[in-house]
Amino acid sequence: MPYALCFLLFMLGLYCAVVKKNMVKIVIGILIMEYAVNLFLVMLGFRVGGIAPIIDRAQYDPVIQQVAAGFVNNSVDPLPQALVLTSIVISLGSLALMISICIRTYEKYGTFDITQIRRLKG
Amino acid sequence: MSIPLPLFIAVPLIIAFVLPMFGRKGKAVATALANMVTISLLVFAVASIGKTEVYEIGKWSIPLGINLVLDGLSSLLLLAINVVAAAAMLFSIKYMEQYTAKTKYLSLFLLMVAGMNGVVLSGDIFNLFVFLEIASLASYALVGFGCDHEELEASFKYMVLGSIASVFILFAIALIYGNTGTLNMAYISKAIQNSGLNAGLTFALAMFMAGFGLKAALVPFHAWLPDAHPSAPAPISAMLSGVLIKALGVYSLARIIFNVFGVSVAVGWVLITLGVLSMVVGVFLAVGQWDFKRLLAYHSISQMGYVILGLGIGALILANNGKVEWAAMAILGGMFHLVNHAVFKSLLFLTSGSVEMSTGTRQLKELGGLAEKLPFTRATCTVASASIAGIPPFNGFWSKMILVIASVQAGFLWLAAVTVIVSLVTLISFLKIQRYVFLGELPENLRQTKENKGFMLIAMVFLACLCLLMGSLVLVPGLKESILEPAVKVLTDGLNYSANIIPKL
Repeated sequence: MPYALCFLLFMLGLYCAVVKKNMVKIVIGILIMEYAVNLFLVMLGFRVGGIAPIIDRAQYDPVIQQVAAGFVNNSVDPLPQALVLTSIVISLGSLALMISICIRTYEKYGTFDITQIRRLKG
Repeated sequence: MSIPLPLFIAVPLIIAFVLPMFGRKGKAVATALANMVTISLLVFAVASIGKTEVYEIGKWSIPLGINLVLDGLSSLLLLAINVVAAAAMLFSIKYMEQYTAKTKYLSLFLLMVAGMNGVVLSGDIFNLFVFLEIASLASYALVGFGCDHEELEASFKYMVLGSIASVFILFAIALIYGNTGTLNMAYISKAIQNSGLNAGLTFALAMFMAGFGLKAALVPFHAWLPDAHPSAPAPISAMLSGVLIKALGVYSLARIIFNVFGVSVAVGWVLITLGVLSMVVGVFLAVGQWDFKRLLAYHSISQMGYVILGLGIGALILANNGKVEWAAMAILGGMFHLVNHAVFKSLLFLTSGSVEMSTGTRQLKELGGLAEKLPFTRATCTVASASIAGIPPFNGFWSKMILVIASVQAGFLWLAAVTVIVSLVTLISFLKIQRYVFLGELPENLRQTKENKGFMLIAMVFLACLCLLMGSLVLVPGLKESILEPAVKVLTDGLNYSANIIPKL
């Protein structure tokens, strides 16, 4: 069920990016898609009632001199979280560039409406 | 001599962030430094031919760490990227003087090169995505570099479609991670071989094809390319059309399909369909264009169709367990055409830049009779046009001939016919360029036109010589075995890729 909602969010973003005429709304649509994918990545590693994937003294088993067996089975997967951090940074970079191009375009054309920004044809 | 693989990425990346510090006064130094980087990368790429190497970043062994893989296919792509980058950088020395903020341009250029080198070397699928984004972001900014009406519009369009493609690719990576639990390509491939394709992985493959198809501008995903490529400054058009769509689109697609997922009949037919559509639609849209660079951009779509067609025929034969030699022939045609296209298309864009710089326009109807005024540009443009149209002895002829032979061998006579017809239409549209730009009457306002000498000329002549000599890549026996065959072998070996990368216990 959460995956279906996540996919719905992705589709909403795609719809927004494809259908809307306002440049800023298109950018928002792309961002919604990116957030949906980030959410999906985090959910892949999520585990109900899981613990943070950090080994501290509580997880250390003094008898067998290594990490307790329950740790691997209970902790959430840390890798998707690292991936999401990376992808958030990337989408931040592309957002900054997209918005600055929107602003420059507004200065040139005086509108955000893409149906009126049509110098390129053919 | 063995070159440490991270240098291909680290050198341009570091220098890219050093260059903006030079500011306006140190422009000459910055230009020289950037040229040194691209030329030394070219030397590295030549030195890395024929080597197979796996580099583990930070000594973390896979699958815990990230690895860089140099194999035949990567080194072929590295060579193409760095040849075109070196030529485009030489060309930029003078060409980019008409823009302000040249150091920022150089910095973005090197970022793009670093991103592309990273894409072709990466053995980790998320790492591939990160480098793909580096190269894409730099290219979005470079397309809008002029900050004029058309450039901003094209850049926005390119950026929206490019971002959607990136999101698709990231989504597919997430699906793969969810299904296989690893991000290393070799381990993903092994997991897929063990468990077979399930619905999630098939969906991921479809998302990859849509995402990389958008990056490679295959029809029906081509809408951004004819706007974006002409709007960029000429050396950047050369980079975008010459190597960016190949490294980001075709290379990644080939790697994912052949080495990670494994070929299937359905995928083979999808590739053939995309290839034929791109070839035919691209070329017919190109003939009607009156803008020099826009015409070239449509031809990029069409020529990428050839490459995808070759890969598709190869995939189909491999999936049907046909003769491996036939599949290898088709893939050889595709790969050879990829390299050839990198050279002649970037040359064509550089000549268009030279014409634009001398005359101030790129509308074919406003040009004419420049053959005497721009003799060198004319000569190199003719060489490149002959190459793209497939006239012997230039390089385009050999790769197209291999593709025709391969499709006849595989029993697809109609594909061979389409290939030849598209080639003829290509010839017509390049005769149009010759007729309207270089022959005919010289307009009154172009009497003062002067040839561009110096580095721009060196870059163009260098690429023109390559066009002439690259036929030897298949004709001279030793070269074929050391450069093209390893790349083809990586693809025909398919899923053995994972066995080669994963260390034996």
